[in-house]
Amino acid sequence: MIDFGYKIQTDRQIDYDANSRRILEFVREGEPSVDWCMSCGTCASACTAAVTTDYSLRRLIILARRGMEKDILDSVFRCRFCGKCFNACPRGVNTRNIVYLMQLAAIKITNHEI
Amino acid sequence: MKFDLFVLPFTLGLIFLLGYLTVKYAVWYFKLEKTDRSKVRKGFFSVRIFSAIKEIFLESLLHRRIFLKNRLLGFMHMSLAFGWFMLIAVGNLESRIYQPAEINPLYVPIFFKFFHANPDAFPLHSVFSFVMDLLLLFVLAGVILALAKRLYSKAYGMKRTTRLMTGDRFALASLWLIFPLRLLAESFTSAVYGGGDFLTASVGSLLGNILPVSSLYYPAWWAYSLSLGVFFTALPFSRYMHIPTEVVLIFSRHLGLAEASKRTSFTDIEINSCSRCGICLDTCQLSFAGGVHNIQSAYQLKAIRYKQIEPKESFNCMMCGRCENVCPVGIDISSIRMITRNELNGRAPDPTFQQQPVAQVHHAEAIYFAGCMTHQTPAIKKAMQSIFTAAGINYWFMDEMGGLCCGRPMMLAGHREQAEIMIEKNRRIIFESGAKTLITSCPICYKVFAKEYNLNIRIMHHTQYLLELANARLIRLEPLAGNAVYHDPCELSRDIRIYEEPRKLISKMVKLIPGDYEKDNTLCCGNSLANFSAANEIRLSVARDAFEKLTAQGAQYLVTSCPMCKKAFEKVADVPVKDIAELVSRSMHKDQPHTITANRKKEPSAALVIH
Repeated sequence: MIDFGYKIQTDRQIDYDANSRRILEFVREGEPSVDWCMSCGTCASACTAAVTTDYSLRRLIILARRGMEKDILDSVFRCRFCGKCFNACPRGVNTRNIVYLMQLAAIKITNHEI
Repeated sequence: MKFDLFVLPFTLGLIFLLGYLTVKYAVWYFKLEKTDRSKVRKGFFSVRIFSAIKEIFLESLLHRRIFLKNRLLGFMHMSLAFGWFMLIAVGNLESRIYQPAEINPLYVPIFFKFFHANPDAFPLHSVFSFVMDLLLLFVLAGVILALAKRLYSKAYGMKRTTRLMTGDRFALASLWLIFPLRLLAESFTSAVYGGGDFLTASVGSLLGNILPVSSLYYPAWWAYSLSLGVFFTALPFSRYMHIPTEVVLIFSRHLGLAEASKRTSFTDIEINSCSRCGICLDTCQLSFAGGVHNIQSAYQLKAIRYKQIEPKESFNCMMCGRCENVCPVGIDISSIRMITRNELNGRAPDPTFQQQPVAQVHHAEAIYFAGCMTHQTPAIKKAMQSIFTAAGINYWFMDEMGGLCCGRPMMLAGHREQAEIMIEKNRRIIFESGAKTLITSCPICYKVFAKEYNLNIRIMHHTQYLLELANARLIRLEPLAGNAVYHDPCELSRDIRIYEEPRKLISKMVKLIPGDYEKDNTLCCGNSLANFSAANEIRLSVARDAFEKLTAQGAQYLVTSCPMCKKAFEKVADVPVKDIAELVSRSMHKDQPHTITANRKKEPSAALVIH
């Protein structure tokens, strides 16, 4: 085969139908303001935990909307709850409650409760 | 020995109650830690027991603390508790004097008038009759007041009273019936057989004219005994469990027991000691300014006791400690709330916490730890740095790069173990730096440094440190124009009580206006880290209410010493909100052109407009 310098990439589409969005639904039930998030990333730029880890609330909310559970479970417990994200958020999203509820959902998923 | 069938409901109820309590308290005792058990054993035969008895008399019977705050409410509780106690005590004395030789079962003093309707003269007979009638009147006054309070609590200065549960209704109804029934039974007996004094004799002769008292008096004694029996049986399952348990609580507190980081028997004792009097309801800012009425301490303790705890409610509390401050029983509510959060949310720490890097250690005389929140209010950080430089202090700004956390927010989230890992890491670098003093700008950090870190160096909030610098003439403060009101941050008040230092420091610079909501009665800014559930609007309305109350006397600025409070008040304030460090820095560099200008009144934030 002639090498044109191109190759076929593996499929990187997110299959919304295959992914379960139970974490987002669980969070939304307890904290409706999760839907106000516009992924601006101000929270992540203010974050204390982000100085030493790759933790990002913006990313977590996007992952929850996409239903990518494994990635959420990997990083959601790194939050320190200092509350800087809440002060920074331009939309008044109750950020700490979202993280808290995501953690609760993660615990429930590991215990097979939801 | 005197006996009649009607004494059975009372006697069986009492035996059940005593048996239940004995088993329950024995279980609590044996569940205690070994060290706590030995504290109890040793303390029981020491002089501390006398101070405990004194407090039990003053609080459980006379209800002194409630009386000092609210006369009417205090009188109501006192007449019921002390009056009933005296009825039992004097009744026992009376029956012992009357029949010193005879076996005197428990029920005889209670039903003395039935067995000895018109006793032959015995020493002090008329005095006893009079005193017993007087005491009954005293208790009845309490019952009438309690009834009136249920119907119209505003007259008692209470905006809200607690909602009742089924068990409570049973116990409450039988409690309210006990004394009117006793009055009826004794009056009927007096009408038939004579005896009694100003109350029972006159009510008896009055009723004797309109009712067939001779056929009614025996059923009345049955009803009286039944109401006692029902009350004793319902007591352990209702809020009246606080009556015996409060005594146990006072004893255990005097014997040196206290709340720990995990749930112990002491927690159980405290939870069962809550009478749900409702005094905590009106003092809660989430209730009077935020419109949240289901999370107050009386309800939380009830939910914990009956295992109906909801995370949503448990995490909806600002932990300001205002309820704890007014609790007449003195329950350590904040610790119980922390323990509950830990139980709800506890899990093994995230493995990454052990590996996370911390700051590079520097050697210095003093450490400055700004805290997360101070990084969001750079004016405070800059002010502190300029003061340190001006005073010539050899200091190390420990969290200059951010990324360090004191651990308290995580404890509030119920991740105690995870917080302890960070505390240990921070502790190590503080020790390695060799510093003698740790200065922090954040009261939240101050509290956790002072209470959890076990550092053997001086830990100071910057209000204390700046006053010390000013007193040592290391910094020179010039008076500034205007007057200010000082807001005590929750984390520095009540529990920690740093009240005088900030006031002395401010008085050196501007005129300080005293306010109604200061020191132990201070208000939360609404932005508390302890609260996870409350929405932005609720926080803003708490902040607005607190700001209005604080500046009611027309201050030109609001001074606080917490970056979190500063941020919260700035959203709602129409006068400048300044941290004490900014004021000091400004007063030191007075000649420079920078002036404190009035903040523009903020428009409501975007989130408010959308929703």
